[in-house]
Amino acid sequence: MKKKFLQVLAMLRGLLIVLKYAFKKPITIQYPEQKRKLPVISRGRHILTKWKDGKERCVGCELCAIVCPAQAITVRAAENKPGEEHSHGERYAADFQINMARCIYCGLCEEACPTGAIILGNDYELSGYTRESLIFTKDQLTEKNPGDCGRDPNREI
Amino acid sequence: MSVTCIVLIKGLVLIGILFLSAAYMTLCERVLMARMQLRLGPNRVGPFGLLQPIADGLKLLTKERFQPDNIEIFTYWLAPAISLFIALAVFMLIPFGDPIEIFGQTITLWIANVNVGLVFLLALTSLAVYGVVLAGWSSNNRYSLLGGLRGTAQMISYEIPMGLSLLTVVLLAGTLNLSEIVAAQKDHWFIWTNPLSFIIYIITAFAETNRAPFDLPEAEQELTGGYHTEYGGMKFALFFLAEYVNILAVSALAVTLFLGGWYGPGNIPILWFFLKVACVVFFFMWVRATLPRFRYDQLMSFGWKVLIPLATVNLLLTSYLVLR
Repeated sequence: MKKKFLQVLAMLRGLLIVLKYAFKKPITIQYPEQKRKLPVISRGRHILTKWKDGKERCVGCELCAIVCPAQAITVRAAENKPGEEHSHGERYAADFQINMARCIYCGLCEEACPTGAIILGNDYELSGYTRESLIFTKDQLTEKNPGDCGRDPNREI
Repeated sequence: MSVTCIVLIKGLVLIGILFLSAAYMTLCERVLMARMQLRLGPNRVGPFGLLQPIADGLKLLTKERFQPDNIEIFTYWLAPAISLFIALAVFMLIPFGDPIEIFGQTITLWIANVNVGLVFLLALTSLAVYGVVLAGWSSNNRYSLLGGLRGTAQMISYEIPMGLSLLTVVLLAGTLNLSEIVAAQKDHWFIWTNPLSFIIYIITAFAETNRAPFDLPEAEQELTGGYHTEYGGMKFALFFLAEYVNILAVSALAVTLFLGGWYGPGNIPILWFFLKVACVVFFFMWVRATLPRFRYDQLMSFGWKVLIPLATVNLLLTSYLVLR
């Protein structure tokens, strides 16, 4: 009898708790108007970074393409010609494409990269009307000026 | 103007009010549930989402009309109509206020003043089970059948304690006429005279309207949609409307029988009535946001082993105290 009474009491207390929550501020936000500030380490759209002097970090080693579990990355490497070096190494990425429709944002490419060229940014609004529009080319991926992505352009990796 | 004409107009106005309030109850419920779950709820269609019920209604109206194979066609189409008809028919007995004067004519704020109102009302509400069981049986679907069976057992079981708790009100008021019952509560509401009856009535009202925590006939998680699994578009909307009109009906009945009808401080009788109904309806939504669904055996044992003995003892005690 006493147990049953306590159970009914617990039900009433539950009702009061729910009523209390009705007066709290909702934790959901109005998404397209209000956007959440993501933590820096969250993984979104890729960025190809540059050195301080404006040269590309990517040396065309294709480790990211090899490690990619979704096979989303395509790299075509080419030799740096004397006089017009793109990177500090012998080679550079003549073409670099990431298929955002395939990418699973695991971040393994960022871990595999020996020069710290490819990093995952915070941009998560990646959608398009065609499959072609989701294949990001080197121009789209490369940051315009060194340090645009928020990382120190002088860092080693 | 003839009497028939007045009654017809009153009926149409009432149906309009009921449909509109049922539509806006869905919005109100969604917003309330959202707030209680720390969400925002619908707020995109119109200012504060106020046009959401209209958008929902348009969507349901313009849906494809379909019917599954191997159904009992007549009962399949009849079942939603029965549900809605019974839900609306209850309201012809509810008195909303004292008679008022409009254009020199006395207009009573009830449609039918039946001298055995409460018995008639119980007869009507027990017909509501047909909507559920016929929908469940005729749509040739296992989920629907299970939902219909559960609904039948639940509604018939909970009719008994409901009737017993309403009998205490009849004893206290000494009449079956609903407007006279309200008049008997002018100074003293029956909820204070007999709170146990009110609690039993509210619990059975939850079961009769198939609302959480007794929403077993439509248990989304177990039976996909229960008795209305095979219904879509406007047929589903009829069931939905019937559910919300039913909530309004049991709330209005609770106000009429226990909460003193339209009596309250100030000279705003009809407003008091609607305010009280709104409070009871809020309680329905509040409970839905809180309590989980009962298991079927729990429901049955609670109804037969707890509520019916309790209601019987309550009735005997009340009759002893009243008739002493």
